[in-house]
Amino acid sequence: MILTLFAVCALTFFLMNVIPGGTAELVLKHTLVGLEDSVSKEQVNQISSRYNLDDPLYIQFFRWIKEAIVTGDIGTSYVFKKPVLYLLALRLPATIQLAGVSMVIAILAGVSMGIYSALKENRISDHILRIVTLFGVSMPGFWVALLLILIFSLKLKLAPVAGYGSLENLFLPAAALSLHSVAAVMRVTRISMLETLGQEYIRFAKAKGLPLWKIVSRHALKNAMLPVITVIGFQMGSLLGGAVVIEKIFAWPGIGSLLVDSISARDLPVVQGCVLAIVTMFLFVHFLVDMLYTHLDPRIRYG
Amino acid sequence: MDNVFANRLRKKSFSLPEAYGSQFAKRVFQRKDMLFALAALLIFAGLALFAPFISPYDPNAIDLKNKNLGPSEEHILGTDYLGRDLLSRILIGARTSLSIASGVVLVSLFLGTAAGCAAGYYGGLVDESISRVIDIFLSFPGVIFALTIMGALGTGIFNLMLALSIVHWAKYARMMRGQVLSIKKQEFVLSAITGGAGDFYIIRKHIVPNAIATLLVLATIDFGHVILSIATLSFLGIGLPADVPEWGAMLSAGKEFMRTAPYQTIFPGLAITFIVIIFSILGDGMRDILDPNHEGGEID
Repeated sequence: MILTLFAVCALTFFLMNVIPGGTAELVLKHTLVGLEDSVSKEQVNQISSRYNLDDPLYIQFFRWIKEAIVTGDIGTSYVFKKPVLYLLALRLPATIQLAGVSMVIAILAGVSMGIYSALKENRISDHILRIVTLFGVSMPGFWVALLLILIFSLKLKLAPVAGYGSLENLFLPAAALSLHSVAAVMRVTRISMLETLGQEYIRFAKAKGLPLWKIVSRHALKNAMLPVITVIGFQMGSLLGGAVVIEKIFAWPGIGSLLVDSISARDLPVVQGCVLAIVTMFLFVHFLVDMLYTHLDPRIRYG
Repeated sequence: MDNVFANRLRKKSFSLPEAYGSQFAKRVFQRKDMLFALAALLIFAGLALFAPFISPYDPNAIDLKNKNLGPSEEHILGTDYLGRDLLSRILIGARTSLSIASGVVLVSLFLGTAAGCAAGYYGGLVDESISRVIDIFLSFPGVIFALTIMGALGTGIFNLMLALSIVHWAKYARMMRGQVLSIKKQEFVLSAITGGAGDFYIIRKHIVPNAIATLLVLATIDFGHVILSIATLSFLGIGLPADVPEWGAMLSAGKEFMRTAPYQTIFPGLAITFIVIIFSILGDGMRDILDPNHEGGEID
């Protein structure tokens, strides 16, 4: 995991530095908004030597890594003139809140609807749910967000268009963000549940006369959960990616909107910081999923 | 003598995909949802292909007198904030999305197959290093990675294709590697090796033909994902230059007028959803046919 993180750092660092125009010029242009044309060669050189931007890339990279590990300093924003770490710390809670709530919705709604759909296989309600999931995984998240705003904010006036802080504000972004994951989780739960319900031990439990809810909760659910957990891990990636767009639409002050704004403003240290933060969260969730997996399936532990 | 034996073996090399192909077509025709999706895809591709001839207006013709019009007889889907005809822009937008997505999927498929073959077939250090690279590429959430690359490269059709290919090839490589590892152990490959066939010959004649079906399923499902990524990036204004008609960018422009002209956000979104659904149905159907016992979800 640490090796991967290191590689991700290197990759983003080099990506951020292949930008045409050179970093020094960018810094200057940010300082002198409105006076961009007056940027002279001399000033560029001055900045370059102040921030040691003339050194070869790999030296800059290792200096950056050293700073990051020794002092925790991962750069200073060109735009905000504040440490990147400070900006990230400011924005992180909002993203965790949004992604976390969406994940919980995805798991609860996805798993329960998946089980329901599996139990009603090939009945009308199963078909309806399957069509809904097909739309759910195919609709772009930002379009869902716009439709929700259109219906709930502009027409019905039930929720605010954008903002952050209260529960009301969380409702639409979380719904828009989680829809895709709800559908994906439900799909896998349904298939996995169907397969489990076809097993011999379930038939035995039925023959024994156990009530349905007991069969599902005691016998089927645990065995059907493994593929679902894998998908939840994958969905975390698409949630974090989707959060970028959703945060932007709802003016949600999280890392995603910071990332988009920084890319537009070419605020490279912040872009780098955001990517690192997001990838770290992503890898952390994957790590948790792996742990959970080995916990649930002893075959992996001992096999 | 050895040569004769090897030659005979070579002639007998499995031409699986042909027999497989006709059966596959038959199964597709038995499934109504796939037939429907296939027909819809053909119509869509046809519309995209002939868009310049059938679209009623020039998609970039600005007509400020008729801006933000609702659907009417003259403009079936209405006009946008510059008075451009929405239907024409959606049709041309289909061209943009489909062509970029085809490029991305083809490049990723090719790169992924090559890297996956090399890793799975040669094993050892080659496998170790390629697998490491694949892991690193897969540890980025896709959209974030594409955003970062686009941030570095700047907008443009070629840059967008490049960025998305860089993001997507790793999935194919990982799947191809897995396929190669299982095919490599099968008897016909072992006998080809015994018969003295060269590495490249084995890869070309035995491994790729047997693995390609699974990869095509992935490609079909991925096609929808790529279209979604294109739309997402353009929606954020980090994808294509502003003058290229594209669904995501249209949505982004339309959202400013959501109060007065909601259809500007509704129609392009419908187009995206429609095309992605088509690819979902096709991909899932293909997967069901090829591998009825599949547990699902892995390709997501």
